[in-house]
Amino acid sequence: MTTLPRLPRPTAPTAPTAKDPCPCAEPARASGHPLLAIIGCPNVGKSVIFNRLTGAYVTVSNYPGTTVEVSRGHTTVGGCAVEVVDTPGMYALLPITEEEAVARRLLLEEHPRQVLHVVDAKNLQRMLPMTLQLLEADLPVTLALNMLDEAEELGFRFDAAELGRALGIPVLGTAGASGRGIAELRAALGAAMTARAECAEYNSAAPVCAEGDSATPVGGVCITYDARIERAVGAIIALIGRPAALAERALALLLLQGDAEIEALVAARASPAALAQVRAIVAETAAQFAQPLRIVIALRRQAVANDIIARTVQAPAEQQRPKLEWLSQLLMHPLAGLPVVALVLYFGIYQFVGMFGAGTLVGLLEENLFGGIINPWLTSVIEGWLPPLWSNLFVGEYGIFTLGITYAVAIVLPIVGLFFLVFSLMEDSGYLPRLAMLIDRIFKQIGLNGRAVIPLVLGFGCDTMATMTTRVLETRRERIIVTLLLALAIPCSAQSGVFLGMLSQVGPAALGIYVAVIVLIFLTVGLLAAKVLPGQRPHFYIELPPLRLPRISNVLVKTYTRLEWYFIEVLPLFILASVLLWLGSLTLQGGQLAFVPHAGLFGAIERALDPLAALIGLPTTADVAQNPALKFTGGTILLTGFFRRDFGAAGLADLFADGLLSPVQVVVSAVTFTLFLPCIAQFLVMKKERGLRTALGMAAFVLIISFGAGALLRVMLMATGWMGR
Amino acid sequence: MSHQHLSPEVEDYLEHLYMRQHEGYTGELPALSDRGMGELLRHHLAVLEDGGVTLTQDGLAKAERAVRRHRLAERLLHDVIDVHGRDVDHAACEFEHSLHHGVDEHICTLLGHPKTCPHGRAIPPGPCCREQKRAADAAIAPLSTMKKDERGTIAYLSSRQPETVQKLMALGALPGAAVHVIQLFPSVVFQVGQTQIAVDSALAGDIYVRRAGER
Repeated sequence: MTTLPRLPRPTAPTAPTAKDPCPCAEPARASGHPLLAIIGCPNVGKSVIFNRLTGAYVTVSNYPGTTVEVSRGHTTVGGCAVEVVDTPGMYALLPITEEEAVARRLLLEEHPRQVLHVVDAKNLQRMLPMTLQLLEADLPVTLALNMLDEAEELGFRFDAAELGRALGIPVLGTAGASGRGIAELRAALGAAMTARAECAEYNSAAPVCAEGDSATPVGGVCITYDARIERAVGAIIALIGRPAALAERALALLLLQGDAEIEALVAARASPAALAQVRAIVAETAAQFAQPLRIVIALRRQAVANDIIARTVQAPAEQQRPKLEWLSQLLMHPLAGLPVVALVLYFGIYQFVGMFGAGTLVGLLEENLFGGIINPWLTSVIEGWLPPLWSNLFVGEYGIFTLGITYAVAIVLPIVGLFFLVFSLMEDSGYLPRLAMLIDRIFKQIGLNGRAVIPLVLGFGCDTMATMTTRVLETRRERIIVTLLLALAIPCSAQSGVFLGMLSQVGPAALGIYVAVIVLIFLTVGLLAAKVLPGQRPHFYIELPPLRLPRISNVLVKTYTRLEWYFIEVLPLFILASVLLWLGSLTLQGGQLAFVPHAGLFGAIERALDPLAALIGLPTTADVAQNPALKFTGGTILLTGFFRRDFGAAGLADLFADGLLSPVQVVVSAVTFTLFLPCIAQFLVMKKERGLRTALGMAAFVLIISFGAGALLRVMLMATGWMGR
Repeated sequence: MSHQHLSPEVEDYLEHLYMRQHEGYTGELPALSDRGMGELLRHHLAVLEDGGVTLTQDGLAKAERAVRRHRLAERLLHDVIDVHGRDVDHAACEFEHSLHHGVDEHICTLLGHPKTCPHGRAIPPGPCCREQKRAADAAIAPLSTMKKDERGTIAYLSSRQPETVQKLMALGALPGAAVHVIQLFPSVVFQVGQTQIAVDSALAGDIYVRRAGER
């Protein structure tokens, strides 16, 4: 590379010690390791490269103060341990969605020692401007031309070395999915992150721009904008200096483009007078252009990118049609596409998750493994050790092992796991965006756009997780409608798995009634919400990535990561529910504290909930008193269902398996509990995302609709006598 | 009244008023005789306000036509007759007053509807320019009105939401990019570069495309 002057960095360098073989330890970070941040647009294979670099030991957590997920892992490059972070997809350094804002905040606040910008090689032309933006921000960048094999098949040829020289950074061709180029990438990252000389200063090799060129050199290129913009940039830099980890020039450009977050950042450090002057410069400059400044600036950056590409990339002469184009067109066909949706739902969800997962797998695990082997053994052991009062906490009616862990592991885990597998397949194959474009027109009627299909489909897996992903939606109105619909009419996989299993055993009519009622309520509430809630009509646009055969290893890693998150979320709540049920069943008997189901505090609550249970025809405390085989009243299911909706569902399945529910009871309770209040985890996420007032309002609405619909359905079914009484 | 010829003196005055009100001209206004001022006020082309002269709606239209004639005259002299420098100004001042009754339209068409005078100032468009633009625009149409499998290049994005425009541009839908329409219903699907994008018809109506191979 070139030996040109280097730009000083604000971070304090770390002096290597004799003990520390790696010269680049970073004590400032909690992990003590330097950070490698992977960034790029959605659909470029960032996560696959992340997984290739880090292996399986990954933690997925919310970025502080947000619900946007960020994956972190560790790896070794150049003999040094480094922390790797996989950021949410980002189209430009100027964020629009919350996810993009998180990705940028990470760059601003965590001072990555190296930024790996992953691009889709065949789309380099539209992604290179962001590389330029990163260089403009004075970040130490390595560029990975990913999915290289796909691009080469289309006829692209890249001169990575020349591109590297043009940009002044390492550029490597990779194909994350097959592992091609990963070793070289690792080596290049190692060299960039650990070379001794590079410790004090990051390794952006910068040439000097031509005399009189006001632009700060950016990597190997000089990006000069329109003279009026350059003047404004100069004036803003003079006013604000460098208040953040981004280069002054990049900050000034972001300010010119109306970036509120950067403005807030500047406001915190600059004087009000300086800020007012900055605002005046921005307004004055914007007035000189017919187009918004962000477009003027983007066009210029694109022109520079085009120029670089013309020198380093050989593109196919003709616009190429992607592989599997015929299949893509079939999936998007307004008529042929719908049967495909039906097939995907029938085989992917109903047969695979519902029948195989909730039926076969749950049967094996719950009845045979837990019911037949583990729980009887545990019960005998624990009952031998502990007096009945305490043994009931672990292995009794509501025991932590016999109820909490059994439900979580034997009922919920297999169903949710299979759903996540199907969802990951849909995601990796590129089917979801095609589903979104098919359904957009219908969703417009309920105040949404096709984009909302992603959180709603994910809701069939886990409503809590889906509520978090409502952030991909752009307007507040859409987020509220989707949150409400998720809370009300989308059964999570654990619920639907259990209910579908029960309903299909009752008969096709039961299943039909259930589906019809839920769809009807989904559409009605959606239509009403769209009418009631003010707001602009959302635009729909979505990128359609080429259809790909999903790689099993990537699908499994993804499924595993989701499942791990889910399980960590679920298991404590199931255990807590068991403990609370146990506590609530403690009562004084002959001056002694004893465990008696349906007595104590919970008994009182169950009795209080009897009217609601009776409303939808579920067992009341009186019924349970008559028939000791009934483990739960409707009240118990309601109460436990609030800890986890799926817990309530599992309780119903338990009663059904013991032959204690009539067909009408099955249909009515399936409808009611599908619509019923979300589980506590989802409620907490709703509160976090939408605020307490909205969350409480939605909860009250859901409660009324669910029991109203359940009671009405019951009256109608009983009146017709169609399914017996 | 609209075809009534104004005296050259009044036309010059109108032109300067126009430049002062619309182009930031800060120089002196030409001297106007009492007769000229009388003519100006009689035709309700301008009013006297706070000691200054302001164009009326009618006066503005007249002034615009006068400026147009003047600058077209400059263009004609400069481009066709090859007169340069100060000579252009003098000759144009004489010449412009005879370009009435549609003669300016003919010259404008002859010159190919020029947008600026030799000094770089804008020539206000006349009816002939608007007509010509409409004909040219037929080749540029919203993406939503194109046919399946039709090709073209993006001419401009007209959405009023800069964020939407930014997103479209991030997906590669930039002015100048080649597009290929793949599907129109239920959503519009098109390819730019190596990316396929689906948009709703409202958004597709904001993407203007110069159609390839105009039939």
